Amino acid sequence: MKFGIVVFPGSNCDRDVAYVTRDVIGQPTRMIWHQDTDLSDLDVVIVPGGFSYGDYLRCGAIARFSPVMNSVINHAQQGKWVLGICNGFQILTEVGLLPGALTRNRDLHFICDRVPLKITPHRTPWTSQYDPDQVITLPIAHGEGRYHADADTLKALADHDQILFRYCDHEGAIDDTTNPNGSASNIAGITNPQGNILGMMPHPERAADPVLNATDGLGLFKSLLAA
Amino acid sequence: MFTPAEIAAEGLKPSEYEEIVQRLGRHPNKAELGMFGVMWSEHCCYKNSRSLLSQFPTTGPQVLVGPGENAGVVDLGDGLRLAFKIESHNHPSAIEPFQGAATGVGGILRDIFTMGARPIAILNSLRFGSLDSPRTRRIFSGVVEGIAHYGNCVGVPTVGGEIYFDPAYSGNPLVNAMALGVMETDAIVKSGAAGVGNPVLYVGSTTGRDGMGGASFASAELSDASMDDRPAVQVGDPFLEKSLIEACLEAFKTGAVVAAQDMGAAGITCSTSEMAANGGVGVELDLDRIPAREPGMVPYEYLLSESQERMLFVAQKGREQELIDIFERWGLHGVVAGQVIEEPIVRIFHQGSIAAEIPATALADNTPIYHHELISEPPDYAKTAWAWTVDQLPDCTHEGIEINGEMMGWNEVLMRLLAVPSLASKHWVYQQYDHQVQNNTVILPGGADAAVVRLRSQLHSEPTRRGVAATTDCNPRYVYLNPYEGAKAAVAEAARNLSCVGAEPLAITNNLNFGSPEKPTGYWQLAHACRGIAEACRELNTPVTGGNVSLYNETFDSNGKPTAIYPTPVIGMVGRVDDVTQVCGQGWKHEGDRIYLLGSQAPRTLGGSEYLATIHHTVAGQPPVVDFERERAVQAACRDGIRRGWVRSAHDCAEGGLVVALAECCISGHFGAVMRLEHPVQRWDEFLFGEAAGQILVSVQASKHEEWEEFLRSRLDQNWSMIGLVTLATLQILTPDNTYALAIPIQRLRDRWLNSIQSYFTPAAAE
Repeated sequence: MKFGIVVFPGSNCDRDVAYVTRDVIGQPTRMIWHQDTDLSDLDVVIVPGGFSYGDYLRCGAIARFSPVMNSVINHAQQGKWVLGICNGFQILTEVGLLPGALTRNRDLHFICDRVPLKITPHRTPWTSQYDPDQVITLPIAHGEGRYHADADTLKALADHDQILFRYCDHEGAIDDTTNPNGSASNIAGITNPQGNILGMMPHPERAADPVLNATDGLGLFKSLLAA
Repeated sequence: MFTPAEIAAEGLKPSEYEEIVQRLGRHPNKAELGMFGVMWSEHCCYKNSRSLLSQFPTTGPQVLVGPGENAGVVDLGDGLRLAFKIESHNHPSAIEPFQGAATGVGGILRDIFTMGARPIAILNSLRFGSLDSPRTRRIFSGVVEGIAHYGNCVGVPTVGGEIYFDPAYSGNPLVNAMALGVMETDAIVKSGAAGVGNPVLYVGSTTGRDGMGGASFASAELSDASMDDRPAVQVGDPFLEKSLIEACLEAFKTGAVVAAQDMGAAGITCSTSEMAANGGVGVELDLDRIPAREPGMVPYEYLLSESQERMLFVAQKGREQELIDIFERWGLHGVVAGQVIEEPIVRIFHQGSIAAEIPATALADNTPIYHHELISEPPDYAKTAWAWTVDQLPDCTHEGIEINGEMMGWNEVLMRLLAVPSLASKHWVYQQYDHQVQNNTVILPGGADAAVVRLRSQLHSEPTRRGVAATTDCNPRYVYLNPYEGAKAAVAEAARNLSCVGAEPLAITNNLNFGSPEKPTGYWQLAHACRGIAEACRELNTPVTGGNVSLYNETFDSNGKPTAIYPTPVIGMVGRVDDVTQVCGQGWKHEGDRIYLLGSQAPRTLGGSEYLATIHHTVAGQPPVVDFERERAVQAACRDGIRRGWVRSAHDCAEGGLVVALAECCISGHFGAVMRLEHPVQRWDEFLFGEAAGQILVSVQASKHEEWEEFLRSRLDQNWSMIGLVTLATLQILTPDNTYALAIPIQRLRDRWLNSIQSYFTPAAAE
């Protein structure tokens, strides 16, 4: 399975993801410069974390206009895999591949922490290596990760099993106190209705290396390989 | 000719002006005067401290690059080389906390990647006034946000550091940032220009009027009028810096870059003259080719601008376009702005004529040096403080101490100490820093006595377990009470913190934050602290590879009375970690493990202690004295114990003494501890909260205790003791006749410790 990782000026998790896909799970991986447009050799496109173009206006607001994003949309429309992590999730909502928006955290501060996440009870290609309803712990690091969408969209996301990850406590209980950033319905990650596009604020690539004593994110990459 | 006021406005003394006239053989023009003003500031030329700095040991087999370049470089083995340096941004942060701190981070990162190293970690050492003051809260939160803004965006994890709060810093906070980087180029990129006729490239961002004369501003006392100096504070753009990192490292790898220098303090002036002076050549630069941020700038403004995210390169002739293409691909400027010339002179052109012409060494090398007279008698404040003895405190028993007619139990004392912001959890701060980006953070902030980062090359990722540990340390109260002993203690504590994670201390960078050296007391503090650092670095084999001097850290109160900060020589130390899977945290690991105090014979004192300051509102006495022989033995025993797998946790006993250290191990590990005393105690407060140099608390698996104790006897003789056991949920200390001196559930300790800093930002405190 061949991975491509988009590099915008200001991306800063691109190498972290490449380390996992290339060195930890041993898959062919190449970087995609933001002005490149040919993605035909790739099975999976990952839009990584960082501050694309500085994100001074609004997260992802400039990146959506970059040449590579049209190709990412085409790639997604062919039913191929697209994963947006953190800034990548913000960009996917900006280009309209995923519904909703990510706004400033509830307490207005940047948050870097490790948080428990409840995995959807439904089998998905992104989570097949986890147990349904399993609670995993992944790092988060964002200033604008508060998921927002109108009531109809939230209902549709729930009805179509598009909510893959929700913030919870270590026992899996989901309520306001287990919501680090104020996201609607404690949403940490969602897919499109077809399920081939995933956007998530937590960083699975930062929990995929036994040397760092954190491997809860590895299952996501391994699930993709099995898909 | 200039008026005395015009000369003073550039930060120059009348005698310095005369010296300039003599060296040039004429009067300088306005631009030249400005160039001398910034280059002869303490910030750039160390005119007050150079003679003291010369006593530092700076060499050793581990040192690849010592002081004088943009950063020091040490050898970590396996071909891995680490660049590291610390720098202050105190005065800008006092005036504009957010941008002051942000650009401090940006500046220290440029020092690292200018050498050809990719930045892998940021630490910082911060000092603020009391959090009770709304102004301090504004400065504190602004500085934290500024560091977060820059570090998070540029993608370098902020992994550690230290923060103290004390009224001594209320008008003059200290913001020291330290950065570490792994060399990515075969050759270490130096700053000396070479090759007459080689083009000089200006790369990075544009030049504007921001940060005019920041170096002279940083070398003067702060006053109410300093608020009007806000243009002297630069504005940072971490996005541009991130692109600049990638473009520079790419450029260096072409082999077409002869030399590089970042534009920090004094911008174009400093970079041209230092590159020329370091290379023994001259540099010609045409200001008309510099990309300008705004029209109509005069040479004075170009030359003194401290616009951020800019660098100067000397390139191989004929290969300049290759470099320019790289910078343009990253959306940055890259222009040929001048050339290297034989004549050792900095010559600046503007609109076809010479705007400035100065011998390079006059600006960068052969600069004024001031020798101040060292007073032979300690200043009065010190003599008064030293006269204090513990007998001046009320008597105490195992139950507590009577203060103003009221009994305060040891439980209450401990709870109060854990709530002191300097000791309390810094969770509120480091949660705002991305401390995991780059995927190498081995120990999360707060988890151990030092930060540990894996050294994974981002170019060719072969599995490696090598890592680097880093820490910043200085107990400024100790240095204030006794600059010599306090400075020694700062170096020893830094090495001890590295040893507590199992790292081998290698070298230091230091940031000397002091008051005015022109005052007898200020110079006395500076001189004795430098002597202490020099001695400690020799004793612990950790040479000085560079650093920064920040003097004139004083504020004027509204009556015009100058108040100096506590003398604060911050030590940034790095250490080698051979296997990152074998490092050690500070929290207990298992119920039933045995707790040992290494260095138990080191005398405990309440002099300069947190207990004395917090509970008795007294800053007095003599701080703990470092015994280097014992210190080395204790640290080596700790490191070897970790390496051999006996030691499961290790924590330095620092502010708050033994009991605060025990409490921190309990909180961090989510376990309790019980300590049963075998012998009667003379003074309970001294025993529980007295501070000592060279003590480490470790926990060891009970089944291994025989071999461990055998090892301790061979390495430390009697200088250790088994003091207790790890338990489930309570910290208990029992007297020899089995009554409780102290007993608190860990959850209560934890809540108090965790929420202290945050509580100052709840609406109730803000009113």
